[in-house]
Amino acid sequence: MIEASVVIPGETSPRVAATGDTVDLLRKLWSDNGPLMFHQSGGCCDGSSPMCYPDGDFITSDNDILLGVLDIGDGGESRPIDFWMSREQFEYWSHTFLTIDVVKGRGSGFSLEAPEGVRFMIRSRLMAEATPFA
Amino acid sequence: MTVYAAPGTPEALVTFKPRYEHWIGGEWVAPVKGQYFEDISPVTGKPFAEVARGTAEDIDAALDAAHKAAPAWGRTSATERAAVLNRMADVIDANIELLAVAETWDNGKPVREPINADLPLAADHFRYFASAIRAQDGDHAELDHDTVAYQFHEPLGVVGQIIPWNFPILMAVWKLAPALAAGNAIVLKPAEQTPVSILVLIELIGDILPPGVVNIVNGFGVEAGKPLASSPRIRKIAFTGETSTGRLIMQYASANLIPVTLELGGKSPNIFFKDIADEDDAFYDKAQEGFTLFAFNQGEVCTAPSRALIHKPIYDSFLSTVVERTRKAVQGNPLDTDTQVGAQASNDQLEKILSYIDIGKQEGATVALGGERADLGGEFAEGYYVQPTIFEGNNRMRLFQEEIFGPVVAVTSFEDYDDAIAIANDTLYGLGAGVWSRNGNVAYRAGRDIQAGRVWVNNYHAYPAGAAFGGYKSSGIGRENNKLALDHYQQVKNMLVSYSENAQGFF
Repeated sequence: MIEASVVIPGETSPRVAATGDTVDLLRKLWSDNGPLMFHQSGGCCDGSSPMCYPDGDFITSDNDILLGVLDIGDGGESRPIDFWMSREQFEYWSHTFLTIDVVKGRGSGFSLEAPEGVRFMIRSRLMAEATPFA
Repeated sequence: MTVYAAPGTPEALVTFKPRYEHWIGGEWVAPVKGQYFEDISPVTGKPFAEVARGTAEDIDAALDAAHKAAPAWGRTSATERAAVLNRMADVIDANIELLAVAETWDNGKPVREPINADLPLAADHFRYFASAIRAQDGDHAELDHDTVAYQFHEPLGVVGQIIPWNFPILMAVWKLAPALAAGNAIVLKPAEQTPVSILVLIELIGDILPPGVVNIVNGFGVEAGKPLASSPRIRKIAFTGETSTGRLIMQYASANLIPVTLELGGKSPNIFFKDIADEDDAFYDKAQEGFTLFAFNQGEVCTAPSRALIHKPIYDSFLSTVVERTRKAVQGNPLDTDTQVGAQASNDQLEKILSYIDIGKQEGATVALGGERADLGGEFAEGYYVQPTIFEGNNRMRLFQEEIFGPVVAVTSFEDYDDAIAIANDTLYGLGAGVWSRNGNVAYRAGRDIQAGRVWVNNYHAYPAGAAFGGYKSSGIGRENNKLALDHYQQVKNMLVSYSENAQGFF
């Protein structure tokens, strides 16, 4: 399990983590595709799942918020992966800690892992530090 | 009651091929890289066919075929194209049971749905657009005595379409029908969860279309969908799915300066005003069914009524009644026509739904019904089944804010009309909504105040061709299911003609 760095000004605890299986898969995807990024999706079908793209392929804007940076570097050099979400979606998600897991599946969307026969998905827990429904 | 034989057994109505290639230029074409992936039936969790795993090379071949076919197809008369659409509708009608079994095996939905909804609607959709294109006029304006502006509709040329997995055939037809009617050639990418049923359909209707007018390339989003969406050789891209991919597709389209239509889902409120319970009559029964429709198609509908808002004075009585009604929903073999709730479409979908049930419980929502994976045992033990689930909570919970795409409804109460509308509109999305009231004024006002593209009043989950369908807010751009959709697949040619013999006088 790897926890993402704290990047939101004023916050002291991480908001995102990746399971061991996720980290292994990300390392493979990184060696196949180069640097990576996540954008958390919403909406229909495969929505509510994190989408993994080649870094920079998805253009973020001021209307997105960076929730953390996962470093999947394996002892050597750093391999940072940004985890993004739209700000309007974060207003409804801000009280939950997000763990990126991997399950067997087919995906959809343009997330990089789908051809491996697996899909990233989010497991959530309430954050002790955040007030739900504030 | 009918139980259809499972594909792969001797009595089965449909026999899947062991391997499906791409449909390009009116024939089956092997994938350039020679790779295939397994199509898994959600009914059993087991693979049943191999499907071509398309890549950019296959998309290019499909685009070549489409570009070859587009000019002649675009020049056919509306009469000819309407005849083609009507013939495809007739073939669907003649093969409803076969296609329904294929759809159920690919998607997991209870077979009574494709028999009574998906497939009759698909056939009617082709017929609607056959009529719409024949009834479509251009227009002209006499700008002055000698000058006339003519507006002609012309096809865009070659368009790309990316289809979701929840209604694999019907959603494909929603996109194919207006595009074909308008005279475009198409490269279509089905969802990788449900790649086969649309190929069973094309086996039946493929020879009605000129080669290359419809091309189908299967594969994964990143390998086949992305090269299609980002290709400079399409004049438009249409997509149904989720928001990140929707944004990404718009970004690709911006690089090519092409139009986009997007349908990105919702979190649709279903509002029950207290007067529905004034009588215990047929209408009250209808309203109860309107609640339980959250479990229709296992909740895998972009417009699923996944937030139920119940007026406080009737909250307890109405909720207890609909919990009992939902408890009676029959979950079982999707090929049994008595089954009302089938399997979720994929393992990742199953896992995601269970993760939402988990966060719902953590957030303090209470389970009024269900809340677990359903184990049907036997041959279905490894299928992807979830119990119809009713949660009580409040609108700030993530259960109320995200499209779970499962048979899960989040229920809350409201104080008065203003409270109902405020809760209904407190969402990122605006695709569907339901309003239930015996008071026409209340129902009308609520229908207009809810920010959603489709508001069902005293009904739900009806999708007749002719009723425009599309989203407000983050639910997307554009309209389908209505002649308005022709606009998304047509250029407007203005020909400005002078009938004067005289120079303008500038030079």
